[in-house]
Amino acid sequence: MKQTSQLGSYAHKFPRGRAAELPKETLLKMYRDMVEQRRFEEATGRAYGLGKIMGFCHLYIGQEAISVGAAAALRPSDVMMSAYRIHAQAMARGVPAQAIMDELFGKATGCVQGLGGSMHIFDIAKGFWGGWGLVGQQVPTAAGVAFAQKYQSTGDVTMVFFGDGAVHQGAIHETFNLASVWGLPIVFVVENNQYGMGTALSRVSSLEPLHEMADAYKIRHYEFNGMDLLESYDAFADAVDYAREHSRPVYLEARCSRFRGHSMSDPGKYRTKEQLEEEKAHDPIPGFAAFLVDCGVTTHEALEALDETVKAEMKLILERAEAAPWPDAELISKYVLVSP
Amino acid sequence: MAQLLFRDALNQAMSEEMERDSRVYLLGEEVAQYDGAYKVSQGMLARFGEKRVIDTPIAELGFVAVAVGSALAGLRPIIEVMTYNFAILSLDAIINTAAKAHQMTAGQLSCPIVLRGATGAGGALAAQHSQSLESQYTHIPGLICVSPSTPADAKGLLKSAIRDPNPVIFFEHEALYSAKGEVPDGEHLVPIGKGDIKREGSDVTIIAWSRQMKQLIEHADAWSEELGLDIELVDPRTLRPLDMDLILASVKKTGRVVIVEEGFQFNHVGAEIAYRIQRDGFDLLDAPVERVTNIDVPMPYSPALEKLVLPNADRIKAAIRAVCYK
Ligand SMILES: Cc1ncc(C[n+]2csc(CCOP(=O)(O)OP(=O)(O)O)c2C)c(N)n1
Ligand SMILES: [Mg+2]
Repeated sequence: MKQTSQLGSYAHKFPRGRAAELPKETLLKMYRDMVEQRRFEEATGRAYGLGKIMGFCHLYIGQEAISVGAAAALRPSDVMMSAYRIHAQAMARGVPAQAIMDELFGKATGCVQGLGGSMHIFDIAKGFWGGWGLVGQQVPTAAGVAFAQKYQSTGDVTMVFFGDGAVHQGAIHETFNLASVWGLPIVFVVENNQYGMGTALSRVSSLEPLHEMADAYKIRHYEFNGMDLLESYDAFADAVDYAREHSRPVYLEARCSRFRGHSMSDPGKYRTKEQLEEEKAHDPIPGFAAFLVDCGVTTHEALEALDETVKAEMKLILERAEAAPWPDAELISKYVLVSP
Repeated sequence: MAQLLFRDALNQAMSEEMERDSRVYLLGEEVAQYDGAYKVSQGMLARFGEKRVIDTPIAELGFVAVAVGSALAGLRPIIEVMTYNFAILSLDAIINTAAKAHQMTAGQLSCPIVLRGATGAGGALAAQHSQSLESQYTHIPGLICVSPSTPADAKGLLKSAIRDPNPVIFFEHEALYSAKGEVPDGEHLVPIGKGDIKREGSDVTIIAWSRQMKQLIEHADAWSEELGLDIELVDPRTLRPLDMDLILASVKKTGRVVIVEEGFQFNHVGAEIAYRIQRDGFDLLDAPVERVTNIDVPMPYSPALEKLVLPNADRIKAAIRAVCYK
């Protein structure tokens, strides 16, 4: 199979070509997953505009190649943990889109029954451990999960996502040291979309390129083009296998861009139109579509039909979320402490 | 008198004090180029330059602790923490350094910082972003805690806070930034430690601050009429030290007290106020003091549940009736 990286190139030190082993059906499924995530987030944005979704709401549009590549590299019993830009990551991990949308609407049928909302999506049975709102807090917590995996010899690994804005939190540096000293089976992933809220990374960081900070902690590291699904899968597959086999941490830097504002309330004035257009030229979805058609895996017509199907599904998902019941008042106190 | 938004009143306070004192500088996440996450520092980078209006990385412990150190060395930082949920990460610098430095050095050092940012429930922000953590700070000797309810108080108190030689923790309710109110022209200072009667009344004292006081001001006339009880509204404005003289004078008049506050019930500021009222004003009371707080749970996201958790009209009116035996 022809491997293209027409979407820009970055240096990489991981073994290439894992994606070449993927069967056609898997490639198509991965494409569909990206499209579903994109359309889900667009639907979310519309519902937010109508006041159906409230609070802070961060869309993943532009970063889909990362969540899909990552999820494809994990086993069902592995753990994925993240911050608050998570609707799409949860979908990639197999959390039903309906349960996520219901959660965004604050309904009883949401994946955490309306208690969490956009920033706190969890589905532990699916290996998706949320859903954390304080920048960086999930990183040491995830290392704790990896600690338990090692302690109990489960053979599982933990993968934890955080943003470029999070890398200056002291707790992350403490965690890198602990993970290295204790040999924890964890894949740290920084999704470097170049902004923490409205602040460009370069204005507040001495760490660039971010992945090189792992050198100080003797942790294997590399970067990849997070706008390219095949590169993404290659990087994650290598990292997950390495962490599992050697019980060692790995640190990946996914270079990417988010196409929308930081959250629904951010007009994004810190980026010029031209800059955004240039970033959108690397959109992972049309890029991968062209690749699939080039390789003869599918046709343009089939992909267009797929897109229509997904759009119709999202419309239905919105309607069902709207019709779903509100939570009962008793939920307020139900989970404050574990009941006897 | 000018009509100002709460956020603009804060902006004026900072800008005026920065004009007045070159030791004052502002730092925090998004405060400079982005004009602040809540647009409180709008235009300040342009006006004062990068030396004095500083964007930080997301590293609350680091930048707060550095600012604290700079205060020990004679500067007067205003530290914006975006919200107090995030300031949790910086508590070591505040509790173990800022609050201790003066006493531990027998007065050789002092720590004139202002820590300021958003508190409270902004609307469907769920468990981690809706907290009122004032008592984390009012618990600590060595800190001054301030929480204004109006743009005028916000401006006057922030100016006093910046001039104060002690560490001042300044709470701005997230839902107040867009509130409008009259602010006196010219130099306007509100003293720290002095409360304010926001409405005179004779039958029942309601003690509240911040957003809860704003809502009470809006409803007090109607509720006084509806309940047939003349409500007095007492805003302590400073949560530590408390203006107990003002509070007790009001209790002496009414004999009945309801404290309305956002935040978890157990151990929050109102508990201390209630204790002090019964200790120093037991003979003045005609009924036990009532408190209306959040229901004592992590905040649920769903708007259907959030409105039940926060203090609401039904619960406040029930408490008023209870202390008046009506
Ligand atoms: C401890 C903490 N500080 C500040 C915030 C406010 N905040 C939320 S997201 C964010 C930017 C994070 O950027 P990044 O880590 O790059 O993630 P991205 O949003 O780009 O996915 C900030 C400052 C927070 N939630 N938690
Ligand atoms: Mg970012």
